[in-house]
Formats: sequence, structure tokens, C-alpha cells
Amino acid sequence: MTTDQPILQAIVLTMAQAIVLVSVSPSIVGLVNKVKARLQCRQGAGILQPYADLKKLFRKQAVVSTSTSWIFTATPYIVFASTVTAGLLVPVFASQTPLNFAGNIIALVYLLALGTFFLILAGLDSGSPFGGMGSSREAIVASLTEPAMIMAIFAIALTAGSTNLSTIVHKTALLEGIVTDPSPHVMALAALFIVALAETGRVPVDNPATHLELTMIHEAMLLEYSGHYLALLEWASAIKLLVFLTLIANVFAPWGIATSLTPVALTIGLAVYLAKIAGLALLIGTIECMFAKLRLFRVTDLLGVAFILALLGLLFFYMLRG
Amino acid sequence: MAIPLLIILVSYAAGLLLPLCFPARPKIQNLMAHGLAAFASVGGIGLGIVGLFAPEPLSMSVPSTIPLLTFSVRLDALSSFFLLTISLIGLTASIYAMGYVTVFYGRISIALLGSLYNGFLLSMTLVTLADNGFLFLIAWELMSLISYFLVVTEHEKADVRYAGLFYLIMTHAGTAFIILTFLLLFQGGGSFSFDAFRHPEQPLPDDMRTLAFVLALVGFGTKAGIVPLHVWLPYAHPAAPSHISALMSGVMIKTAIYALLRVYFDFFGGQFPWWWGFVVLVIGAVSALLGVMYALMEHDLKSLLAYHSVENIGIILLGIGAGMIFHSYGLDELAALGLIAGLYHTINHAVFKALLFFGAGSLLYATHTRNMEEYGGLLRRMPWTGAFFLIGAVSIAALPPTNGFVSEWLVFQSLFLSYQIPSLLMKLMLPIAAAMLALTGVLALTCFAKAFGISFLALPRTSHAKHAEEVPWTMRIAMGVLSAVCLALGLAPILVVPTMDYVTASMIGISIGDKMLALDGWALAPVNVEFSSLSSPALGLALAATAALGLALVALYGGTSARRYSRPWACGVNLTPRMEYSATGFVQPIKRVFNTIYQPTVKLETEFLEESRYFAKRRRFEFHIEPIFQTYLYDPVIVFMSRLADRMRIVQGGSLHLYLAYMFVTLVVLLLAAL
Repeated sequence: MTTDQPILQAIVLTMAQAIVLVSVSPSIVGLVNKVKARLQCRQGAGILQPYADLKKLFRKQAVVSTSTSWIFTATPYIVFASTVTAGLLVPVFASQTPLNFAGNIIALVYLLALGTFFLILAGLDSGSPFGGMGSSREAIVASLTEPAMIMAIFAIALTAGSTNLSTIVHKTALLEGIVTDPSPHVMALAALFIVALAETGRVPVDNPATHLELTMIHEAMLLEYSGHYLALLEWASAIKLLVFLTLIANVFAPWGIATSLTPVALTIGLAVYLAKIAGLALLIGTIECMFAKLRLFRVTDLLGVAFILALLGLLFFYMLRG
Repeated sequence: MAIPLLIILVSYAAGLLLPLCFPARPKIQNLMAHGLAAFASVGGIGLGIVGLFAPEPLSMSVPSTIPLLTFSVRLDALSSFFLLTISLIGLTASIYAMGYVTVFYGRISIALLGSLYNGFLLSMTLVTLADNGFLFLIAWELMSLISYFLVVTEHEKADVRYAGLFYLIMTHAGTAFIILTFLLLFQGGGSFSFDAFRHPEQPLPDDMRTLAFVLALVGFGTKAGIVPLHVWLPYAHPAAPSHISALMSGVMIKTAIYALLRVYFDFFGGQFPWWWGFVVLVIGAVSALLGVMYALMEHDLKSLLAYHSVENIGIILLGIGAGMIFHSYGLDELAALGLIAGLYHTINHAVFKALLFFGAGSLLYATHTRNMEEYGGLLRRMPWTGAFFLIGAVSIAALPPTNGFVSEWLVFQSLFLSYQIPSLLMKLMLPIAAAMLALTGVLALTCFAKAFGISFLALPRTSHAKHAEEVPWTMRIAMGVLSAVCLALGLAPILVVPTMDYVTASMIGISIGDKMLALDGWALAPVNVEFSSLSSPALGLALAATAALGLALVALYGGTSARRYSRPWACGVNLTPRMEYSATGFVQPIKRVFNTIYQPTVKLETEFLEESRYFAKRRRFEFHIEPIFQTYLYDPVIVFMSRLADRMRIVQGGSLHLYLAYMFVTLVVLLLAAL
């Protein structure tokens, strides 16, 4: 717990976590794109391409629509801040996150919602019909994912006796309160995976590679952005993807994560973490190649399935425990 | 207590009478009425704080010549908390009103409006203070009647009169149930004093207690606006002047929450079976979800806010219902948590709902319309109002680190801690309520993204919006104060939670304040720090630090922060307001996904050119959603009542001889009965 950690150590660890999340995230997007390219029999850009893209965007002059207000220019910073802060609540390479005391899973969901809220506003602010369309669609997708997400994590939280992510991960990594029957976990994992795809705007919910007005959701909201504003938003969405992958990897398979703060454990933790994340990125890339994007009003069915799965996970937990 | 209370009552009374002494001087009337109300509210805040921290409840009593009625008042922690909330909103509403009522100069009597306004605040104050059932009912009835008169301030409009009538009938139906509740409680001790209700000589039998529970729930629930008794809110709240709407929506409906807590935890001493709590919980969950769903489809900004009151009353009742369930299972620490969550949300909702109604009032003041589709681009024209409205919107959407988030988080925790309840049904039902709350939360986010986005962003949609001007400084100050309170209540739960703890400790006798404040008060931990914790100041700091990181990244990457302004690309034509997403369009996907609830009817009429069926001359699009409760619940009752009234008319023949015959028959019957 944080109470017995010196404050300096906590700050260093928090900053290290922020640096890992911020610096690794573009390469995950690069990896997903590479996997997709290889599966489509293309060579594809290098894994590090997103860094170059970001650098280019940062150097470009931003063009801002004349119809907008300060909401439009403030949004990239708010989205970036809320996404990184949400990431700080998830254990990354060490199971004991210093900011564990600051918020549990509900706080994480609502922090991400803060970013969504401002992104929806920014989409409307541009005055262009595309932005409004993206905002409207994002709103319905977000509405249906969040209950499923809260239910899924809660099913797991019950096993660990905590809704604080760090405590869940730490206990699971040390095999405390291990369950004999993993079915609640399986249900919750499936639900959370669907939620992750929806929240990060991946196929089959949204397609990050498209700019076709009929299909886009997330990209439509960003359509009026350029220059460093766009760079920050792209970066934030890469971080969001990484946060969800981290959540899945560490909540369901935390083994290997550093449970103590020794240099050896931390090194191993970081290496294992990167391997897990890379594995999940491969999976996402594969899914993107195997499935077509769903129609918007079919997405609701998928998210309904996620919610039911999470609820079943909860039910199983109580049934099995009696 | 006597002297401060006297000062408050005298100031309100002065505010009630003095404006009437200056006919035809609206400026003086305005200053006098609202100045005195503000002064009295400051006194109310002071008395509330004193009452909260007083070791013993303060009470005093003045006997009266009317049987069963004594003018006795009592200020315990629960009343103090509600008095404080009412007075805080009363103070800001008074400041706001000084600017806002100027639109009514020359149209309606400011003296009457100001005088009724003071009477309204006075009656609400008395409702929280009353320690006698009779006095309570008088204050309650005054509150209902005065608020009715305030609702029909602009009575020259037909829809306002309709709204007023609807409200009057609903609130009186509610009062009837409340009177029945009190009559039942009266059976126990033969006195209307609250003390006799608390410690009856012969306790009520169980079925009578159950009946009292239901009657109180229906009676006070009507005022609180629980589903399905909520139908009057979206009529009455928008019709009233905006500072009155803020008071009605922010605090008047909370007096019902006060009364419910008073009846269940004080009069019944917290002795009730689990299913009472479960009923409250279910009503809370349904009200929260349906409230926000109907709000989404509403494009009249003030009606939208009224529906959100239904939602937030639902959230409050979720906390209280969970508290009642825990209490009935003897889990008193968790019960205290649920109640603290409910009370915290009560003051939060009062603050941000008043702020949002002030914002809506400012828009009405500046544009003379409540229809969101006619706004647009107002953030540039009204930067202060816009910024304050945004803070209110973020708070009501429960986004961190504002106050709405903290209290909603606490409600979530109390629902999640249900795994400690021995009953499997409750174990499952409380998390399902949490899922409904999660859906409610996101839909509220969507709704306020719509409300703020359509009203304040992009291009002005009409000339009203184009020529809107920022509102007077008194109105801005009132909104600014409430915005600051929103942030303070969110960032400093360390100050709020111990206060709520006093209240709940006085209700169920267990204090969890120390347990809830972990890490020297930096983090909130609902009972068990292992299970969950939240630190809104830390989240606020982290958000600020990471935003700074974003700025640093821009600088680090050698990024230019220079920007160029340009018109957005609209496929080759100039962007006009007609191309923007409308509020109706924005919520269309939601309408479609939840069409079982909305049962929308869509009508599209197209008139084609004579030459070709391919070119439309005119299109007319109409859509409305089925008001299910009105159609299936209220309309049959209304039809039945008016038919009954028609039948009864036969009795009233209009002939004097007939009436004399009635009297004679009655007399004979009575005489026979007496024999």
C-alpha cells in the first residue's frame, strides 16, 4: 500500500508508469498495423511508423475551424490527460501502483468517460455534419459499453475482494484467493474483450483505417483536427488502446508482473508486460483481418452480448460460491 | 436558537410584506424582496451549520389555541443538513433573481413575485424545522400552494396554466397520502407531535406500519418525482421563472427526501423489513433510468433539466434504498455508507441543478426561447454563462473530479458491497441496480453533451442566438458561486463526508466518518480501504499533471503552437447552421436502440413537384414519443374522474327546493343514526 512507501518512490514509480504508457503506445498501433499488413500479404510500414507520423503532425501548423470555440482547442489536452490518468490507475509492470488509492475501476471508467465527453463536444463544435455524426454514434457506443465494462470488472473484483485494480492484480499474481472454477473469469474476459474493441474503436465496432463517412465513428470526431492537436488525439487513442490491453493482460493473467520493487523483479515485469501486450496486439490485428465491420445498429447486439456475459459471470460467481 | 430563528423568520416575513408596500416601484421591490431573502438565507446557512454540530438537537415550542397544533420546531442533524442545503440555494437564487426578474418589469408584478418568493423559502424552511405533524402539514401545504402560484407567474400563457393545474392536482393528491400517513401515526400516541410519532404509547401493528410505509412513499414520492408519479415535473418546472425552477428542482423536491428519511429512520426508528429498502431501491433504479431516457428526447432545455431531476432523485433513492436494505440486515456500517452517498448526492444535485437552471434561465433571458434547436454558438456570445453551464454539465454527468462523480461513486460502492448481504436475491439485485446506474450515468453524459454541444457550440442556429448578449453580473455571480461550490464539493470530500456522517450517525447511531477517510483524509474509502478507495484531489492533480505533460510534449517535439483559422470543409459549399447536427439528430441512434421504451411515432410527409416524382417541393417531418405513463396510467384515471363528475352533476339540480330536501333527508338520517 502507498502508506508505507516513501512519497518520492511513489512519484518516481508513477512517472515511470506514465513514461512507459506514453512511449510504448504508438508502437502497439504500429504492431497491429504490421500484423494486419502481413495477413493481407502486404509488406506494411515498420512498427515504429506511428512515431514518425506523430513527429510529422507535431511539426505541422494546425488549422482551426472558424466556427469553433475554446472547447475545440482544449479538448486534445483534456482527452490526453484523462487517458493517461486512467492509465495510471492500471498496474502496468509493477503490481502495486502508487496511485492505487486515487481510484478504483469506476474511477477508471469515468475518467475515460471524461475524455469521451469532451471529444463528443469537440465533434459538435466544428459545426461540420461529420463531426456531429461521429459524436452521436460515439455516444450510443459509449452508452452501451460502460455498463458491460463495470459489470465485467465487478465479477472479477468479487473474487479478489477489491475493486481497486492494483489490489486485484497483486492478489491474483500472488495466487491469493484463487478460484477453483474459472468460469466467472472466462465470462468476464470475453465481455471485457468486446468492450475493449468497442471503446478503442477497433473492428468490428469501428474501423480506425477508414475515412468513409458512412462507417466512421471515432475518426469522424477528429476530422477537423490537424497539426499538434491531431497528434495529441492520435497519441491519446493509442494510449487508450494500450490501457485496455494492459487491463486485460494484467487482470486476467498478471503472472510475471513485479510484485516487489526490486530491480530484477521490475526488469522481468517490464519484459513480461511487453510480451503480453505484443501478444494481444497480434490478436487484435488478426481479428481486424478476419471480421468485417458491423453495421452501427448491429453493434448494439454485440455490446448486449458483452453485458449479458458479464452478468452471467457475476451469477456464476454467486452460484459457485453458494 | 430562538434569536437566530426569529431573525430568519422575521426577514422572510419582511421580504413577504415590504415589497407590497411600494407599489409601482419595481426596482425597489426587487431589491427589497431578494435582498431580504438573501439575508435570511445567510441566517439559514448559519443556523444549519450550528445545528449540524450541536451535540443535542435544538428545540423550542410555542403552544397554540388550536387543538393538536403546537408551534414546535426542532433542529437536529437531519433538519440542519436540509436547512443548510435550502438556504445555500436560496442565497444564490436570491442574488440571481435580482438580475433575472428585470425581464418581468412592467409585465407582471414584481412585488407579488418577490413576496411569494420569500413565502416559498419561508415555507421550505419551516418544513425542515417543524416538530409537529400539524405544523409540518401547514408548512408543506403552504410550500405547495405558493409554488403553484409561482409556477403560474406567466399565467397569460395557456400552457403555463395547464402546467399549474397539473401540478396543483398532483401535489394535492400527494398531500392526501401524507395526511393519511400522519393519521396512521397519530393512532399510536394520540398526538401530532413528532415525539409521539417517535415513541408511540402503543406501537402500530405490522400491517399498519406497512400501510404507512406505502402511503408515505406515494405521498412524498409525488413531491420527489419518482416514476410513475413524476409526470408533473416536466410541466411545472419549465413553466416557472428560472430562479423558481432552480429552487423547485434543486431543493423543493428534496424536502420529500427529508420527509421520507424522517418517517423511515426517525419515526419508525429504522425498524423495517428488507423489502422496504428493496422497494425504494427498485423505484430509485427505475426513476434514474427512465428519467434520463426521457430527458434525452427533450429539446426544451428546462424540461430536459426537469427530467434530470427525476433521474437524480432516483440516484439519491438508490443510495437510501441500499442503506435501508443494509440496515435491515444489521449491516449498519454499510447502511451508513448508503445513506451518506444519498445525502451527498442530495446536496450535490441541489447545487448543480440550481446552477444548470440558472444557466438555462440565462439562455432564456438572452434569447427568449427555451428550445435548444434555436440556440447554437452561444459560448462565444456568452462566455461566462457557457463556462458555468459546462461545469454544471460535467458535474451532473458525474465526471471526475467534480462533485457529482464523488457522490455517484459512493452510490456505486454501496451497491457493490452487497456481497456481504446474506440473501442471494439481494446479492444479485444490487449489482444489477449498479448496472442500471452505470447506464444512467453514460446516458446523462450523452444528454449533457447534447445540451451543451447543441446550445453553446458550433454556429448560431437562429438570429436569437446570433444576437444574444451576456447576462447581468448578478446572474453571473450566482452561477459563479455555485460552480465554485460544485468544484469544492468534488475536490474536498474530506470536509463533506464528516458532515454527512454526523447526520447518518444521528439517524442510525453509527459513525463511519473516521473509517471513510483514509490516508489522512486524502482518500475516501467506503468502510473497507482494501475494497475500494477514491481520492478526487489526487485525480485532479494527476489530470493537471498529465495535461501539463501533453503541453510539454507539444513543446518537446518542437511543435509549433501556431494555428491558422479557416472555414471547415463542407464538400465545396459554405458551412451553414442548417448542416449542423440537430439535437433530434444527435439522439436518433439512442431513440432507435431503445425504441421499446420510447415507442416513437414518425410521420414523414413529402410534397413532390408536379413535373417529377424525383424532386421534393416540401418535406414535413414529425416525431413524438409515446408518453407511456400519461397514456396508460393517468388518462384512464382522468377519464374516469370526469365521467364520475358528470354523473354526480345530477345531484346538483340547481333547484332550491331540492337542496332543502337534501338537508331534510340528511337531518333525518343523522337523527336516526344518533338513536
